[in-house]
Amino acid sequence: MRILKHLLRKEFRQIFRNKAILRVIIMLPMVQLLIIPLAADYEIKKINISIVDHDHSPYSQKLAAKIIASGYFRMNDFSPGFASSFQEFQKDHSDIILEIPRDFEKSLVRENHGGLFIAVNAINGVKASVGSVYLARIISGFNTEIRMDWLPEQRVNDFPSVGIETLNWFNPHLKYPFFMVPGILVVLVTMVGAYLCALNIVKEKEVGTIEQINVTPIKKYQFILGKLIPFWVIGIFVFSLGFFAVAMGVYRIVPQGSLLLLYGFLAVYLVALLGLGLLISTYSGTQQQAMSLAFFCMMIFLLMSGLFTPVDSMPLWAKWIARFNPVTYFIEVMRMVVLKGSGFKDIKNHFLAMTGFALVFNVWAILNYRKTS
Amino acid sequence: MKQFLLFVRKEFYHVFRDRKTLLLLFGMPIAQILLFGFALTNEIKNSKVVISDQARDEASQQIIGRIEASRSFDIERVAMNQAAVESAFKSGKIKLAIIFPANFNEDLMHHHNAKIQIIADASDPNTASTLTSYASAIIMDYQKDLLKTYSLAMNIHTDVRMIYNPELKGTTNFVPGVMALVLLLVCVLMTSVSIVREKETGTMEILLVSPFNPVLVVVAKAVPYFFLSLINLTVIIILSVTIMEMPLNGSVVLLYFESSLLILTALSLGLLISNNTDSQQTAMLISLMAMLLPTMIFTGFMFPVENMPKPLQIISNVVPSKWYYIIVKSIMIKGLGLRAIWKETVILGGMALVLLLISFKTFKTRLQ
Repeated sequence: MRILKHLLRKEFRQIFRNKAILRVIIMLPMVQLLIIPLAADYEIKKINISIVDHDHSPYSQKLAAKIIASGYFRMNDFSPGFASSFQEFQKDHSDIILEIPRDFEKSLVRENHGGLFIAVNAINGVKASVGSVYLARIISGFNTEIRMDWLPEQRVNDFPSVGIETLNWFNPHLKYPFFMVPGILVVLVTMVGAYLCALNIVKEKEVGTIEQINVTPIKKYQFILGKLIPFWVIGIFVFSLGFFAVAMGVYRIVPQGSLLLLYGFLAVYLVALLGLGLLISTYSGTQQQAMSLAFFCMMIFLLMSGLFTPVDSMPLWAKWIARFNPVTYFIEVMRMVVLKGSGFKDIKNHFLAMTGFALVFNVWAILNYRKTS
Repeated sequence: MKQFLLFVRKEFYHVFRDRKTLLLLFGMPIAQILLFGFALTNEIKNSKVVISDQARDEASQQIIGRIEASRSFDIERVAMNQAAVESAFKSGKIKLAIIFPANFNEDLMHHHNAKIQIIADASDPNTASTLTSYASAIIMDYQKDLLKTYSLAMNIHTDVRMIYNPELKGTTNFVPGVMALVLLLVCVLMTSVSIVREKETGTMEILLVSPFNPVLVVVAKAVPYFFLSLINLTVIIILSVTIMEMPLNGSVVLLYFESSLLILTALSLGLLISNNTDSQQTAMLISLMAMLLPTMIFTGFMFPVENMPKPLQIISNVVPSKWYYIIVKSIMIKGLGLRAIWKETVILGGMALVLLLISFKTFKTRLQ
């Protein structure tokens, strides 16, 4: 116990003396947590549209006005020919081209039908489908309107109609930061914890000071505990700062569930994460190796965690990777507890899985750590 | 010149003799492009949806049949009231509930007005709104077909064509983004760390007191990483064309030229970082902690840049990978030539130049 106390004192001193790193690990996550949620917004608001009007009729102008008035679209250009609009399209200035053919109005009135041509830039598939659905909805609304103008005797409630009542629970205004802030906080805490822990030990290896520790009677577990505890404390600190100052203070997210539960999970999570950091450091001889390895893990953890893209949409093999990713669990727990107020019963399995990770990583790291080189 | 080549050779030895790093250097981009190319998509698929049919009549069965035919949902039919839905949301088992009230068919056919309730777990707003709009589209479709029996005049029909990506695949959007991300980050990380390592281990001092021009010492360090990145690029392009079925409609030479610009920018950025730090830890923290998330976000392949608040849109302009992403899309997918992307090219080249100049200017020949 006394040995551990001294080790801890050494570690804390080492950390607090390097002011540059200390500033970085506290400031960076906070700044990112402030800015990134503002940028991480999937909602498709302004779609740039080019309208090619060969018809120049009251109807074609009315349709164009209706599209702009809907608020979903921003008029990029209103041109007489397709070629010039297609150039805008190639430059990504416009996302959709609507071409209104000559005699659109005439054929609609005389022959009872008229056609429109729509070209959508589908490189971003989701944006393309959402945009074309918006446009289709506006056109069909326009269709109903002109029909009413011409045939006022057809009343709407003469037809059977299905009403749809949509309810958005837990986040009625569909605010993106509510969804993103808890997830991004997890990622930032993960980065801070894993990097520091992995680098710290490898640095001792590289500089050679680990030899000095290896020749002392310090036991393996004491050495590892001495490394884990300081970073565990830093992890808790960074999390709390981000949670209370940024998530609750700035983004006004009111946690629905129990904070105790959240911190309980965080405690286990940090043990698992730091175990992983240790594991990485036992496998690498230089900081460069440790860093590339940690970076590799980080990228995968981050992108396969369901932070930005839903795990449900991944192919089966990728879902398995996500299931072996501790970050996935913590992000899910954060979102469930903070946004939905889920209780222990709901996240029992997450707890079990995380305890498993913590055990596996740490035992593996301890077994793999050699006092002799 | 001969001296310079000798130094380059020394750096190549550095890289090749560190097998683990070398493996990562090549393995990482390949694994990432494969992993993310296949797994990342912003489509919403296989979401768990519960349908609670309290009517069990003709109309409700018909609509449910249509919903079941859609591949966006993973459907379960359970009778559920709102309280049951809430607890299912809380345990994260389902994402959406569609509730048909009793007497649905009668309301529809006789009163001409029936209601369906769609309840979404909006803690994930994207999934919630997408699923809701999918479900509404199916119901509206049903309504439209129902109306066909009543003859309608003045029909506008639309002919919609999806250009560049007719199957609406997610890879078309994500692969260029992942390319930009991987190339940029790997380069920055490797250069900055390898230079700072010489500082930390003390060998930099030896190099600085040699008669050799100190700036060239650093340039020699960047050379191996430049070539390694080009090899990486080749592997990435081959993988994305063969396995990911990405089109390569434009000129390959142009693609290499533009990629070299990005790599140069990344190398200069790495140089700049290494000038201003003296421990590997700080260098890594800056090149990763500070760069990973912002690069990912501001490149624009995950979240459309035009959605962001104005100040962030302005910030995104300084992220080199954003320009590279636009360039790769234009060359590979749209098959455009230099004339269409000269602006982006100039910006990327300008970034490389400015960063390079600053890093040469700030390069210190003295150690504290």
